Amino acid sequence: MAVWRPNSVGQPIKRREDPRLIRGLATYTDDVKLPRMTYAAFVRSDFPAGVIRSIDTEAAAAHAGVVGVYTYADMDGQVGPSPVGAEMPGMGRADHPLLADGRVLYVGQPVAVVVAETPQAARDAAAMVEVDIEPRDAVVDVEAAMSPDAPRVYEELESNVCIHVPIPNPEADKLFEQADHTLSLRLLNQRVAPLPMEGRAICAHWEEGPGKLTIWTSNQAPHFVKQQVAMCLRIPEIRVRAIAPEVGGGFGAKIPTYPEDPLLCWVSRALRRPVKWFESRTENLLGMTHGRGHVENIEVAFQSDGRVLALKGRTISEVGAFRSFYGPFIALSTHTMSCGCYDIKAVAWETATVFTNTMATEAYRGAGRPEAAYIIERVMDEVAAAAGLDPAAVRRRNFVDRDAFPHTTASGAVYDSGDYEKSLDRLIDLAGYEEARAAQESARAEGRLVGIGLATFTEVCGLGPSAGSAPQQRMGTWESATVRVEPSGNVTVYTGISPHGQGQETAFAQMASDAFGVGLDDVVVVHGDTDQVQHGVGTFGSRGIAVGGAALHMALTKVHAKATRIAAHHLDAPVDQIDYDDGTFTVSGADRKLSFREVAEMAHLWNVAVPGEEPGLEAVARFEPSATTFPFGAHLCQVEIDPESGEIEIQRYVAVDDFGEVINPMLADGQRIGGIVQGIGQAMWEEVQYDDGGQLLSGTLMDYAVPRARQFPRMVLDNTVTPTPVNPLGAKGIGELGTIGATPCIVNAIVDALRPLGIDSIDMPAKPERIWQAIQSAAATQ
Amino acid sequence: MPRSVPVAITVNGSRFEGEVEPRTLLVHFLREELDLTGVHIGCESTLCGACTVHLNGRAVKSCTVLAVQADGQDVTTIEGLAQDADHLHPLQVGFWEKHGLQCGYCTPGMIMAAKQLLDDNPNPSEAEIREAIDGNICRCTGYQQIVDAVQHAAEAAGAA
Repeated sequence: MAVWRPNSVGQPIKRREDPRLIRGLATYTDDVKLPRMTYAAFVRSDFPAGVIRSIDTEAAAAHAGVVGVYTYADMDGQVGPSPVGAEMPGMGRADHPLLADGRVLYVGQPVAVVVAETPQAARDAAAMVEVDIEPRDAVVDVEAAMSPDAPRVYEELESNVCIHVPIPNPEADKLFEQADHTLSLRLLNQRVAPLPMEGRAICAHWEEGPGKLTIWTSNQAPHFVKQQVAMCLRIPEIRVRAIAPEVGGGFGAKIPTYPEDPLLCWVSRALRRPVKWFESRTENLLGMTHGRGHVENIEVAFQSDGRVLALKGRTISEVGAFRSFYGPFIALSTHTMSCGCYDIKAVAWETATVFTNTMATEAYRGAGRPEAAYIIERVMDEVAAAAGLDPAAVRRRNFVDRDAFPHTTASGAVYDSGDYEKSLDRLIDLAGYEEARAAQESARAEGRLVGIGLATFTEVCGLGPSAGSAPQQRMGTWESATVRVEPSGNVTVYTGISPHGQGQETAFAQMASDAFGVGLDDVVVVHGDTDQVQHGVGTFGSRGIAVGGAALHMALTKVHAKATRIAAHHLDAPVDQIDYDDGTFTVSGADRKLSFREVAEMAHLWNVAVPGEEPGLEAVARFEPSATTFPFGAHLCQVEIDPESGEIEIQRYVAVDDFGEVINPMLADGQRIGGIVQGIGQAMWEEVQYDDGGQLLSGTLMDYAVPRARQFPRMVLDNTVTPTPVNPLGAKGIGELGTIGATPCIVNAIVDALRPLGIDSIDMPAKPERIWQAIQSAAATQ
Repeated sequence: MPRSVPVAITVNGSRFEGEVEPRTLLVHFLREELDLTGVHIGCESTLCGACTVHLNGRAVKSCTVLAVQADGQDVTTIEGLAQDADHLHPLQVGFWEKHGLQCGYCTPGMIMAAKQLLDDNPNPSEAEIREAIDGNICRCTGYQQIVDAVQHAAEAAGAA
């Protein structure tokens, strides 16, 4: 069969998305304008736990411009509970209502919604709703929540434990007895806020005439929204159209369908008017799902030569006050990825995910894998320190051998391909590792606190075979693509992924352009609209290219094959005699030819129809991956700490990553740098903080520290290429790699800087105050 | 309803005369009254810069300027930087060429903040660029390609 060669693919093509974005002409959800629009404002709980004694809406309802005030009582019996993704036998499960029904479980929980002719009137009136709550004891600390005496988030459940998965391993016990040494670590992976620059925004529009609901929502997975809203409102899914228009970042927190989504759809249907809501930043920090929130206790069995034999781990993670879509299950992948890129013989693990009176947690860029990488990369550095070895040497000693792929880890993951030596070698070269260590020695001799951190990591991408993820959700996790060629030869690509900054309007146009020899401007990529794309899953889990791109490749292949058959008919040659290059079909050894555009037109014209071929030139394909993919990388950073203030200067950051084949290296660099900075943000500054009573302390950008431009040096990037056999593109996925590598890399550098002072542990975020305290305590004990 | 007051504001070269509530923020005025939805809201507290516009040629965060404070003044938003797709501002070209944006939500404010820098200092160093955009948060790019974009614009303007 005729195939095409890469032309645009592999090139740093500038983005098709950008012209509208750089001119301020894009349409985000809050930019949607409809006739007779109304505006919603929420009344939220000020208490982390309590019983609602009364809700007085009278003054709000009487306020000028208010068209409706709703509480749970108004919708009771008409709507289902808040959407959840998955169920697991034996899990602690309780339904979460769209609005509080008699009790509140966290600060920020929606209690009432006020709808008015203007956003200002809605907010004014929301402040007039009086909610009388009898406070109850809240439980905030996740370990305390596991105690039998702890207040229960759900009184009807036996405990606060949502899921509990012990995976004992006698082999690990044996290796712990045989090992030269053991050590233990307690690692905190603090709760962080995803903080996309565009918060949540919803515009719901019920049209009574056609009986159709359209919801624009700032979301990463509009097909989930369609399904979940339909279920919640008990209407057929064919009556629901979900649109994720321009979406201003997501980072995992826009995977779930929030209670506000079906709620505002219900309001629109009740009012017979469109209703729009755009959250404030404080609402965003209160009511958008948080990420991480793990406590890990790790034991390591290792040999004097630095070889790690076995791990025993215990993960306790925060579910928050209700089950978000993936929320309760994310921590399970920490165990799965616990071996990192090392050949560890045995792993025993215990995972508990636990309810507390806080906002729900959900996937956040990496979702369980950054926690795993943080664990194993901190382990490698502490093993190196204990064994008196160089951290790079210890990593090499433990790497899975490059000839051992596919490799099944002791925790059950099957790594598709890898060459960890290759990326570390390149990093050591590029960063001048030996020279940097020598310079560090000199600096230390002068009393300066210079640290070098390494992280060599792998992660799991391309979510992912439905069989592996189906227990966690009702749909499969395959992806769809439709390629539709017009009679002109111009192409529309419909994809089930829902990009929100990743750039697939460009990457997919590159693929289609190569397949048919048409210009990038002759391709339009449509996404994020369930009425245009019949079925899809969405953009998360680094699956856009590895799964969505693979589906597109299949659809392009189908269309190309049909075009080749049509060309063969009109060129009067057998199909296997047809050659194809850059938009032109030719007959081998003859000068007869047809352009792709001519073939596209012929495909639609009745008078040149090919016997046995349907008219038209279009194909749908769905890619069900056989396995997940495992990108990897080696990162190095150098920091210097001011001993007087504890301030950390990031002096260098070098990353060598391997994500297989690349469609657009410029987009890949963007994903990597952005991810690295986000990972550093967690390591150094970011933290969602609740006080002991359950009040959020980090409710504005004054209190929640987001990385800013001045805090970073120029990153140095390189990559190696180890293709995956899992999909036809050989591409592994890249979106989450930065946060996975960067967080341990920075913390290892900080601990390395402080190690001469006798410090071997710093909790994240490594704020100057925390560093300064550690330096003071170390000085006091010496 | 709260009383309204008259304002006359020139926005992107066009004069607008109308009435606003005294509490109306400039960002809400621009978005809701004038449909200039390229001006984005990110924090309502001057901390993220998504709403940055120029007021009499100086960058301001329009979430903490009242519309009445702009009475009689001259406002430029992202929509006012280029008359059409063929006449992009060098900063718009730079952001496009150097992949200075991903989700695009911070971009209008980021460009307006960078414009202030280049107006004051046509040849900024990397450190000066990072300093100038420190009040604007981007959650996607990690800033490096934004720095490249601003450098690209500075070089293009210098070459012109």
